[in-house]
Amino acid sequence: MNATMQGNSILQLESLAGTKFADCYQCGKCTAGCPRSAHMDKTPHQLIRMVQLGHVEAALKAGAIWQCVSCETCTTRCPKRVDCAAVMDALRQVSYERGVTSKQQAAVVLFQKAFLDSVRRNGRMNEIEMIVQYKLEGFAAIRRLGFLLNGAMLAPRMQMHKKLHIVGEKVRDRGVVRRIFARCMDGTE
Amino acid sequence: MSQRVNLGYYPGCSLHGSSDDYQQSLTACFGALGASFKELDDWICCGATAAHMLNRKLSIALPARNLALAAQQGCDELVAPCSMCSMQLKKAQRAMAMDAALAEEIGIIVEAKPGGTRVLNLLQAFDRVGMETIKAAVKEPLKDLKVACYYGCLLTRPPEVVEFDDCEQPESMEKIVAALGATPVKWNYKTECCGAGMTLANEEAVLELSRMILADAAAHEAQCIAVACPMCHVNLDMKQSAVEARYKTRYDMTIYYLCDLVGLALGLTPKALGIDRHFVGRKA
Amino acid sequence: MARIGVFVCWCGENIARTVDVDRVVQEVAKLPGVRCAVNYKYTCSDPGQAMIREKIVSDKLDGVVVASCSPHMHLKTFRKTAQAAGLNPYLLEMANIREQCSWVHHDRDQATAKAIELIRLAVAKVKNDHALEPIKVPVTRRAMVVGGGVAGIQAALDIADAGYEVVMVERDPSIGGKMAGLSETFPTLDCSQCILTPRMVDVGQHPRIKLYTYSEVEAVEGFVGNFEITIRQKARYVDVTKCTGCGECSKVCPLKKNKSEFDFGMGMRPAIYMPFPQAVPARPVIDKNVCAKLIRNGCGLCEKKCAAGAINFEDTDRLVKEKVGAVVLATGFKLYDIGKKDGKIAGYGEYGYGKYKDVIDSLQFERLVSASGPTNGEIKRPSDGKTPKNVVFISCVGSRDNAKGLPYCSKICCMYTAKHTMLYKHKVHEGQAHVFYMDIRSGGKGYDEFVRRAIEQDGAKYYRGRVSKITEQDGKLIVRGADTLSGEPVTIEAEMVVLASAMQPADGVTQLAQKLNVGYDEFGFLMEGHPKLRPVETNAAGVYICGAAQAPKDIPESVAQASAAASKVLITLASSELTREPEIAHIDEKICAACYRCYEACPYHAIEKAEVRTPRGVFVKHTARVNAGLCMGCGTCVAVCPSKSADIEGFTEQETYAMVASLI
Repeated sequence: MNATMQGNSILQLESLAGTKFADCYQCGKCTAGCPRSAHMDKTPHQLIRMVQLGHVEAALKAGAIWQCVSCETCTTRCPKRVDCAAVMDALRQVSYERGVTSKQQAAVVLFQKAFLDSVRRNGRMNEIEMIVQYKLEGFAAIRRLGFLLNGAMLAPRMQMHKKLHIVGEKVRDRGVVRRIFARCMDGTE
Repeated sequence: MSQRVNLGYYPGCSLHGSSDDYQQSLTACFGALGASFKELDDWICCGATAAHMLNRKLSIALPARNLALAAQQGCDELVAPCSMCSMQLKKAQRAMAMDAALAEEIGIIVEAKPGGTRVLNLLQAFDRVGMETIKAAVKEPLKDLKVACYYGCLLTRPPEVVEFDDCEQPESMEKIVAALGATPVKWNYKTECCGAGMTLANEEAVLELSRMILADAAAHEAQCIAVACPMCHVNLDMKQSAVEARYKTRYDMTIYYLCDLVGLALGLTPKALGIDRHFVGRKA
Repeated sequence: MARIGVFVCWCGENIARTVDVDRVVQEVAKLPGVRCAVNYKYTCSDPGQAMIREKIVSDKLDGVVVASCSPHMHLKTFRKTAQAAGLNPYLLEMANIREQCSWVHHDRDQATAKAIELIRLAVAKVKNDHALEPIKVPVTRRAMVVGGGVAGIQAALDIADAGYEVVMVERDPSIGGKMAGLSETFPTLDCSQCILTPRMVDVGQHPRIKLYTYSEVEAVEGFVGNFEITIRQKARYVDVTKCTGCGECSKVCPLKKNKSEFDFGMGMRPAIYMPFPQAVPARPVIDKNVCAKLIRNGCGLCEKKCAAGAINFEDTDRLVKEKVGAVVLATGFKLYDIGKKDGKIAGYGEYGYGKYKDVIDSLQFERLVSASGPTNGEIKRPSDGKTPKNVVFISCVGSRDNAKGLPYCSKICCMYTAKHTMLYKHKVHEGQAHVFYMDIRSGGKGYDEFVRRAIEQDGAKYYRGRVSKITEQDGKLIVRGADTLSGEPVTIEAEMVVLASAMQPADGVTQLAQKLNVGYDEFGFLMEGHPKLRPVETNAAGVYICGAAQAPKDIPESVAQASAAASKVLITLASSELTREPEIAHIDEKICAACYRCYEACPYHAIEKAEVRTPRGVFVKHTARVNAGLCMGCGTCVAVCPSKSADIEGFTEQETYAMVASLI
């Protein structure tokens, strides 16, 4: 990525996150309070530092942004009012749009995609439909049998407690839902 | 009982799906408190975690569409019992309030004008009904019940969005639990994340985070944990046996929705409240 | 007929490069009333000034225009020159053809034309100038120092040693301030009380220092050289003239468990108490909020026990007036209230201060470490009295935090935190200190070496990052922080946590500042006259500031500023008369309608409501009158006066019209 592209990427990220990277003075409080920082390849303050230094591509490829659970602790405690949670969202969006998401975190990415696809089709998320798509697409990417089978044992218990709804709900006005998705995600009408 | 409270109701996908025990409990409990819930007609998914992770505009548009429906349907107050839904609705509202250009753009995208409906999470819904009403309606105080009040992430923060209770040391749930005659315990994990919607996508994270919550509640002698969010309930209740298996320990911790506890104190039966549909059997 | 001399300066190249000074002289010589017009390379130099003096005498000039630099630079210089030649200094004007002409324009013709116009204006003005005499204001040659901490003590001693009487007003029962409560001071680890108490005793015993303790400034009237200040002496309920300081009263007082202010809540004191053993004055005071006798007429044991009969439950507050010529504000600081919401300062709920007993702030830790403190200098946990084996020190709590409301750095915390780690290690040999910091600010003499000593020799562990949350488990405090240098989160299990909280100005300082017309910033720190060149003066004449009241600072800086403020006071008190510039407002009492709009509008409260009386004392009319001691010549009264009776000497409306007319 050349300098101009870097600059444009940073502007795009700042616009999406609604926050300035220059505001961060690297105090580390976000990393200190993040429940997942011990499992991240790059911790929250490190990701912001990378963008400050112009290493945007490396930040977009980090697995950390998909390990984030969006708990908003970082944003709440930041002394400089940097919206760190929004920065993570921005990194995720740009990473996804450019197709450079971390391979190790494929499961997380595909889950979100399956979720949105289900909403796009039905207006509401249909759990079984979503899980089926997630498991199939995930297996294609990860190729581990454990992935396919994991969680399957929950199904009978859920059925016992009448929590398993095989057929999901559809809203009446599905057209507007599809148009909203098209406008937001595809940039088309 | 004071005058009837009429509230709009936004269930969200979970409460019509695998967490419809929450809806069952909610309806029974608030019905007994004299509040009626009118479900928003033809509501759509709020976008939950997936939308804000992958597309910012979508994460505002989907909730905005629901806010527009609420305005069209004459709904002044909308209860969203799932804290992810209530957070997304509130965030979208705030983003549009602070950026007129964005509000206009979203209005075009969702083909309607999002309104200023007041969005309430479960705690705010109880607050709306009123502490006096709740206290007066208690028939069977939950004496000797030690409850760990679990807020999770999105009920109190970020503080500028939620504008309710203190985000570091909240007490609103404890007040309700105490009014029911139970004893809220002092513990360390009341606002720590459980892993939220990552149950399927990142099970490791959920197991680790949920374990710390269960362990701390147990260490502080809680007999049960009260939650106000379907994802928290799934992670702490449905996945409790997975946590136990992974970390080779037992918790046997009953996980109540807050409205379960209120309902029980009001004299409703566990079956009516859907408590028998929880995975971890009721121990306390 | 006017006889004006115009002197056009080259200012070396600064003016002459852009302005054709020869042509200027040619043109301005033609102006009516101009007797002579010359140009010179460096008019402010000695030969330049000599030339002006010669011309004033030889050409019998009755007005001078110097066309050169800004009046800010050399107006005083040239006025002295005129005076030396026998010309009233207020009959000299400057035309700024440098900053306002040659320095900002490039076109030679245009710049030269502008210079000529500027001189034309100045000539028109000087033709309308009147001779003015400086105003003399009598001076009360005494000073007041508000605040008895180390800064106030230093200022008071300097002024008193120079031979002037000083009135010191201190709010607490004893002087000494925060320094009296410290254990040791950086970077020498001197015992704080040992170096301060001799000074305190000097103040208490100084023949020229009148000490009011347990007192506050109630009201201020007057102006520089002539302040009349009302002091409220709060009731001690102890007659300090009879009391011998034996301390028997405190021993018999049954109400022993009140949180000690001196120990910042770490220890207890009785209802009748001396704040600390070395207090000056060494006399007790009764806390009227808890004393059983004062509240419900019970007890009274101290009165019975007192051999000197010094207890007086009938005591009341007393109001005393003192006349002084100058005031020094040395009101010091307080620490930020962690965990509380105070308007927009949001508190730190995530650190559990106030919730967990073993999370304390830095001044509280000082009292634990102090040999005369509540634990006799042993570091013990407030919760169970055990010795902590691991102590976490957190820097920047409340400071450098835009979200919680205080964006500034409190300057001293990096140094005292290093000091705390060393004092802790010296007392608890097997203990481990952990410090979470963002930066190390150690710019003073020997300061950086001091911090390195804490790390390299006394083994303090420093982690570069903030702490996100503190929780308590099994009697230990779990501190979740980060180390950004390694990029990792860091969790420490400690038995005690010390928060280095922000420095704020003392409570009530903004009300005091308003009484004295002293400005303060959004945080309440008193405003200096100029951040670089006038650090201990204020914009209120005769009022000076020093110490932490002005901005966060340490003891050496406070002492230096205190002496600086004292030197300014000595200048003010140097003679029995103060000279002020006469370019102030004047009200024509014949025309004044006494509508008092000027009185309302004056930002310096320099206008008085007065009466015009005949020599026999018969009342003629009401009028407004300018107090020559207070007026700063801002012109607000002139702007609001509907009858045009207010005007500024040296900048009259007539002059202004004449200047404008000369251009048309």
